[in-house]
Parts: sequence; structure tokens; C-alpha cells
Amino acid sequence: MILIPCIHCGPRNASEFAYLGELGRQPDPNTTTPPEWRRYLYTKANTAGWTVERWVHRAGCGRFFTVERNTLDNKIRTARPPDAQIRLIQQAGRADPKADA
Amino acid sequence: MTTMLRAAGSAARLGPQPGEVIDRAHRFTFRWNGAETAAYAGDTIISALAAAGERVFSRSFKYHRPRGLLTASFIDPGCLVQVGKEPNVRGAHRRVEAGMAVRAQNVWPSLRYDVMALNQAMTRMLPPGFYYKTFMAPRALWPAYQMVLRRFAPGGVVTNTRTDAYFDKRYAHPDVLIAGGGPAGMAAAVAAADEGAKVLLVEEEYELGGHLRWGTEADLATLRELRDAVAANERVEIMTNSTVAARYDGNWVAVAQRNLRHVDERLIKARAKVLVVAPGLIERPYVFAGNDKPGVMLSTAVRRLINLYAVKPGDRAVVFTANEAGDAAIADLERAGVQIARVVDARRGGNLVRARGRGGVQEVHLADGARVEADLLVTAVGWTAPTTLLTMAGGHPVYNHRAARFFPSEPPEDVLATGGIVGDGTLDQLLAHARAVGAEAARRASIRARNLRAGNPTAPSVDQRSPDSSSSSIPDLPIDDSPALFRSATHGIVDYSEDVSSKDIFSAVREGYDSIELAKRYTTATMGPAQGKLEMVNAIAVHAEAAGRSIAETGSTTWRPPYAPVTLGALAGRAFEPVSVSPMQPWHERHDARALIAGHWIRPDHYGDAAAEVRNVRRNVGIIDVTPLGKFDLRGPDVPRLLNHLYVNKWSKLAIGSVRYGVMCAPDGVVLDDGVTGRLGEDRYVMTTTSSGPETVWRWIEEALQTEHPEWRVHVIPVTAAYASMNVAGPNSRELMCRVVADVDLDPEAFPYMRVRNGRIAGVDGCFMWRIGFTGELSYELHVPAAYGLHVWETLLDVGRDLHIGPFGIEAQRIMRLEKGHFIVGQDTDALTGAFAAGLAPLVKLDKEDFIGKPELIWQEGHEDILHLVALQPVDSSVVPPEGSQIIEGRRRIVGRITSSRMSPTLGRSICLGFVAPHLKEPGAIVTVRLPDGGHVPATVMEHHAHFDPEGVRLRG
Repeated sequence: MILIPCIHCGPRNASEFAYLGELGRQPDPNTTTPPEWRRYLYTKANTAGWTVERWVHRAGCGRFFTVERNTLDNKIRTARPPDAQIRLIQQAGRADPKADA
Repeated sequence: MTTMLRAAGSAARLGPQPGEVIDRAHRFTFRWNGAETAAYAGDTIISALAAAGERVFSRSFKYHRPRGLLTASFIDPGCLVQVGKEPNVRGAHRRVEAGMAVRAQNVWPSLRYDVMALNQAMTRMLPPGFYYKTFMAPRALWPAYQMVLRRFAPGGVVTNTRTDAYFDKRYAHPDVLIAGGGPAGMAAAVAAADEGAKVLLVEEEYELGGHLRWGTEADLATLRELRDAVAANERVEIMTNSTVAARYDGNWVAVAQRNLRHVDERLIKARAKVLVVAPGLIERPYVFAGNDKPGVMLSTAVRRLINLYAVKPGDRAVVFTANEAGDAAIADLERAGVQIARVVDARRGGNLVRARGRGGVQEVHLADGARVEADLLVTAVGWTAPTTLLTMAGGHPVYNHRAARFFPSEPPEDVLATGGIVGDGTLDQLLAHARAVGAEAARRASIRARNLRAGNPTAPSVDQRSPDSSSSSIPDLPIDDSPALFRSATHGIVDYSEDVSSKDIFSAVREGYDSIELAKRYTTATMGPAQGKLEMVNAIAVHAEAAGRSIAETGSTTWRPPYAPVTLGALAGRAFEPVSVSPMQPWHERHDARALIAGHWIRPDHYGDAAAEVRNVRRNVGIIDVTPLGKFDLRGPDVPRLLNHLYVNKWSKLAIGSVRYGVMCAPDGVVLDDGVTGRLGEDRYVMTTTSSGPETVWRWIEEALQTEHPEWRVHVIPVTAAYASMNVAGPNSRELMCRVVADVDLDPEAFPYMRVRNGRIAGVDGCFMWRIGFTGELSYELHVPAAYGLHVWETLLDVGRDLHIGPFGIEAQRIMRLEKGHFIVGQDTDALTGAFAAGLAPLVKLDKEDFIGKPELIWQEGHEDILHLVALQPVDSSVVPPEGSQIIEGRRRIVGRITSSRMSPTLGRSICLGFVAPHLKEPGAIVTVRLPDGGHVPATVMEHHAHFDPEGVRLRG
């Protein structure tokens, strides 16, 4: 079983986490078309190599985060907070209370 | 049954041996196929039987050939026996116990006269793939084939009445886990522990020591020193009679532990920082005609028998030797008084042709034409390196033709190998290598520990001392030359467990299975209980020979977990599954509630008569424990935005003191969960979900707040178990509430339907209650601090006695909600049911800015080609079509299904909810329901989902 580096708790057994799939870019719900939306929902690249994916520390702190993992050897090179949190921090120019709680 | 007693000291038992493991002071008897047999403590089942003069222990898998001792170890393929109710016991490994009832497996009617042995005569008719090819067509005969083939199925007797077994699990976090407790494993363990590592040393056999145990006086002295050093080191945990079964990513290592007194087998899930693989070498059999006859043994088998168990393996032996192990076996045999009829030395060109004899070896034919009478044929042709754990770590074994065996390739950083698997050399060279590996393992483990701590952003502090970065040098082990001896000029058994001969592999190659991976699957060679450790290399060599290739070109097949079979009991073990019960559970148990298991909750299904519970609620008043309802305390100014995002309906204008029903959909527009949410104060809301939904809904809430809208000011606390919840339902419920509620005006004008109030119930502060219910009656859902749940429950029952209060369970509630036509997410909807199909059109507000599932719901709206949820009543009111019954048109066209059905005690007739095709959804339509028994019943589509009180007069009262 691989270890997933939680951004809050550090490396923990993968069984403590839920895998939420590849990081996708959600189309604008107000202008999207059915093919585009369904491609976003169901079509995954399933890359043999480095992928960017989302995990949640379901049985731990509950944090959602983004991980870069190589599907060939399960090596993980980065783990970072969700993009929306990073954007919020950058916009505000200050640490978000949620990000460093 | 015979009462003849075969004595432990008789037949083949030798005098005391220097390294023997039997305790001659402790003698007892056990039963072998019903016959009393003597044994010493420390004997294996098979060593005791061999000492008593037994030679045949089982019949083979396919041809039912008699089989005896081959390896005298855990993997011995002919020594699987039934012990009491336990099948497939490794008889050459398991220690015999007083009174044990041991039987031969795979024999009928008896070991001696086995009817299936006729298969031997049919060998020519049982080529590989025989069963696949023969029992294919016609399909109609499959059940008959199955009955015949089951007779031939090998293995022991599995019983489902076994209650004496106990299995459990453990988690371990050793710095260094060492697989193999031979000299190398022991030396590595001590070296790693001396460097400060916490070591787990796992050995398959009952004692540490490996081949030193049957070695010279000097070997035994070294063994004592190593054992003392391991035992004296408190950082080493020793686990004997245990197997490292598998290695997975991140050194997640499965260990099957069997050396516990009251546990049959324990599965250890170890996260090892470094794994050291030191399994030693496994002696490889030689392929020739008759190589599976009882009396043909490996050199290590006779050395174990003589030195560990003081058993004389035969009277007159031919020894075929190609190495020092064979030479040492000759010395052991001579010392044991076995007459050496002939030594055939492969290094001088000698070879075997075949072994002959009925029921066991009687004569050995040699390549030089000689025919030698013998009852024992010992072979020592070479070794197999069990690289299983290393290949699980990503390594590929590499064939070395000089040594005629595979060697491990470079394993990953966190795995090291030592011992015979790596190379040969003297014992001193081996120990030096192992010590260096142990020290290096400890060093790498400390680096990994440091990196793991550094990877934890919230760990209190990280040790700043940098660990020793200088990698200690591990010496190379020499590799001895060994002749490439795999098969003689004749054909013999390659896989003893699966009864696959070299001839079978040749014929598989002729049929086109020219890849070893395919030939393995086709012939099933290496797929038996020995897991390839005994037969893999011979299978590869024979395949290479048949295909005209080299062994290096042929390559190795993949070694998969487990290294050695693990019982299903250990894998199932003890489940670490939490169970939840409400604070009222003691009351339910005292009142004979029938338990319903719903996810991790145990809750009352009914208290004896669900229909009577329904009638009491409709007539008087009832209470139900609904504690498992998911509950979330939501606080903050942005809660309405969150609710608008999650639910399909609108939440911006929910007044303080009001509750609203809401439905959540997934991004694909499928109904995910439903429940009510109430506003208890300016910035305080409580959300409820279905009883099975809180985990999912919590994740959705957190996902929205963490990944999409971190700017929203909302704080969420899951409070499912913090409140005990109960619903008071029935015409008398207001009267009952008046008796227990303080501070709340219960007048229907002041506290109408779909409102929430904070208040004190039965003297308990901090409660809230809302006027909703699933039953369609005037009802109040009470949420009280969990610690007071039982008190409030009992108080309600006490003060409501004259109002005819009674408890009701889930079944009664399900009947009443069906009478009211309320659907249950997951029961009446499935993973394809969109909000419009579920009849939720009035709820879905597509003019909201955005919410989960909105795009799909826009496209769903107005689509008519979907199934619609409707209420149905069978025309024959006494027929309750089982849930899942199909609704059909014509002979077999499916146009819908029944999702819920019950007999309604209120209406005295059967009622249903179900999905129908659009052309059948209009009220009054008659549909045909097909029952599981093939019968058909007509049913009428109703106007409303509610069969009872469709206007909702009762609940608004």
C-alpha cells in the first residue's frame, strides 16, 4: 500500500484517503455543452506516467489536496492545497486561515 | 480401526543426534488414518510417520500416484494432510501434537487402495488442457460435468461447522523487517539492531537457524552463538513459524504469523522502513522418470530427517550428487546406517535414467546401464533462489548459466538481500555479508524515518542531526559453478503439486504455447501450493529445452503474492469495523427489538409486529429512534450560499425558525441524498441527511468549502452522534409533547408544520425539535443531547402511557412512508435516477446561479424518454409483488420495475412505488408486473405518489 503525503498530517496509508480522480478543469456550468461537460465528468486521460490527481484524507484530518503521482511506480513528487485555496491566498496577499490552521 | 501401536522408537528411529529437535522425554500418540502412532514432542506429523515406517502420505492431484517425502519442509508437495477439521495442513512442517487426528487427503476409499489411481493408466488421455477441452460442450451438460469433476477435485475437506478457529490482525512498524531466520537473517538482525534499528525477524520454520541446524559440529556452535546474540538483543522481535507472504508498494509487508498459542493465524500488516530478504536457497528436484515415487528425496530432506528428527530415511540408497550438499548427505546417510548402494556423481558425468518400483522406489536405472536395487534415491542437483519478495519489489531475476540459477537484480532503495539468494562462499563470508547488509539496512531506515518525519508539516519537531550519509560497503559474495542439471534423458514430474510432467510442457510447446507465461497457465505448472518455489526453474528449463531456446531467453514467470499460501481465515481475520448504536439501544434490547444492520448502525427493525406499530401510530402515537439520521451543525453568514450550492432548490430566504426539504444531486444530475435543513438562529443551521448519507454529504460540503469556495465563511461540525434523535408521530403527539416540552408554544398556529424550535424537553436543555415526519402523521422530530437520549425516550413512554404510546421501528416507518409515497434515495432511486425522473421537477430551480448538477438537470428537463417514478396498486389487493419485480409489456419487453412494495395495514391492500416508461405514467394506466415465479399481476398507476392522505391533512393538523 502506498503512502500519501497529506498536506496536514504527513505520509499516511493510502487506505485512510479517498481518491477523487484526475484533476480536471470544470467547464463553466452556465455555458457548457453536454459533450464538453460529460467529457469533464467521465473521460480521463489515464496516463501511464506523471498525473495530477485529487485526494482527501477521509479517515484523518479531512483535507482535500492535489498530488502529482507517477502511475508507473507510485512515486509522488508534490502535494499541495487545492488551487482555489492557493488563488485565494495569492489574491489576499496573506495566509488564509484555512490553509494554516 | 486398528489398535496396533507403531512405536516412536521402532522402525526407522535413530539414536540421539547432536542437532535433533525432538524431545525424547516427551512421548505421546496421535492417529494416522485412525491408527494410533507414536511421536516425540518436536516431531513433525510426517517425521513421526516416517519414524514409524510410513512411506506414502498422499495421492497426487491428477493421476492419484502415491506420494511420499520429497523436501521434508514447509513446501513438501506430497505431505498435505487433513488434521481434524483443518484441511491442507503442511504435514512435513506442522508439529505433531498428542491426540491429533491426521488423515490422508485426496484418497478414495483409502490411501492404499485408491480408485482414482486408474487415472495413472489414463495418463495418455489426460494431456494438459484435458478438462478445458473435454468438458466444454454441450453447455447443457455443465451441471453433470461439475458433479463428476468435483469427485476428482483435490485437497482436504472444508467444513463450515468449524467454531474452534480464531484469526486476527496486527499492525507493525519495524525499522528493519528481515524475511528469513537462517544464519544470514540472524546476523543481519543483530547488526541492524546494534545500529539502533527496531528489527522484526521472521522465520518460516519453528526455529531459527536454517541450514546450520543440519550441519557440522562447527555449524551447530555458530548456530548457538547466533541464536544467543539474537535472543539477547531486545530490539529484535523474533517471529518463528511465520511467513513473509508479500511485499507491496512502500514496503507494506504482509506476514502470516502462526506461532501464537490461541490464534490459528495472525495477519501482520507491517510498514517496514527497510526490508531485508534472506530466504536462503531451496533445493531443486531433478526431472526423470519415476522422480515422484516415494523414496525419491532431495539431499536436504534426508539431512533434515536424520539430523533434526533422528529418522533413518531408507535402508539402501543411491545418491545422485552434483554438489557439496549431496556429498554431505552421503556422510549423514552412512552415519545413520543407511547402506550406500551407489554414488552417482554428476560432476564426473554420472546420470540417472529412471526410478522403478510399485508404491515406491525399488530399483534405480543409471545412464551407464547399471540397475541398482535401492529403496531410497537421493538427488542433489542444485538450487532455486526464491526471489519472490524481490520481484514483488520490482526486480527481475537474472539467469546465471555458470551457477545454473537465477539471481536477483538490483532492488529498490528500501529493499536489500543477503544470504544464499545473493551468492555462495564460506559461512564466514556469508555472515560478513549479512552483517554489512544489516548495518546498511539500519542506516537506510534511519534516513527514511527522518524523511517521513520531515514530510509531516504538523509534526512537533524534526531531528536536525543529519544521519550518517556514508553508505557502508557490502562485500560481494562469490558465486560457485554448478552443472546445469534439470532433466535426464527421460520424462518426469516437473510440478508435483499440479501433477505436470515434462512431457506435458513439451506437448504445450508443440501446441504453440511458446511463451513460458502462457505455457504456465495452460499446463498449470507452478500454480500449485508450492507457488513455484520447487518447480519454477525446472518448468522454465524444460520449456526452454522444448522450444529450443536458452533459459536466459525464456526468462522467468512473474512471482506474485503470496510467497506461501495464507489461510482465508487470516485474510478475513478480525474485521476492524466500528459499530454504532444510539443511546436508546439498551432500551431496544430490553424490549426485544429485532436488529436491523444499516451500514455501521444497528437499529430496531421492529418490536415484534410492524403492522400493529403502524396502526398505533395512525390511531394514537408512536416514537421511533432516528438517531442515525445524518446531522450537521452549520454556522456562518455564508451558509445560505453553501445550501444553494449543494441542494437543487432555493435557500436564500429561509426564515429563522423554519425548515425546508431539500434534494442534492451529483454533477451528473443523479439524486444523491435528501433531507431537511432548518435555521435555528441568525447564523446557525442544522442539516439532516439520510441515515446512509452523512459521510458522503460531509465530503461534498468540505469539497465545496475547501476546493471551490474557500472564501465562504462557513463552519461545519458533524453532529450525527452528538444528538439522540427520535420522531414522535400520531394524532396524540401534540398532547404528548405538551407534557414534556417547556419554553415552546406548541399551539398549531405558533408552531406549525415545517418549523423548528429550540427548547427544553423532559428537563433537558439544548434540544431542538421540528415539525416534520416521514409517516404523514402530525409529528415532531426531537434532537436531544445524546447523553440524555435514553432519559427523554423513557420519559416519553412513561408520560404517554394513557395516550397509548408505543415504539415503532424502521419497518413500520417504511410502510408508512410508502403509504405516503415518499421515496428513499438508494431504494427507489439508483445510480441512474435523475431528479426529474424521481418526480422532483417542482423542487429543481434552474434559475439559480449555480448548483451541483445544474448543467445535467437543464438537459434533463423536458426529456420524456426516461422512466418515471409512480405509485402503483396491484389490482388484486392481496398480492405484494416483491421489490425488484419487472414491469413488462408483451412477452418480454421491460418497461419498468417495482422499487418498493408492502401490504398496507392502513388501507388493507398492497401498495407499491415503481418506475414506468413515459407512455405508462398517466393515472389509471394498467401495467403488467412479472413476479419472480413467472406469474403476472396487473397493477394500476395512481394519480398521487401518496396512497394515503394525499392532501396531507393529517400532518398539518
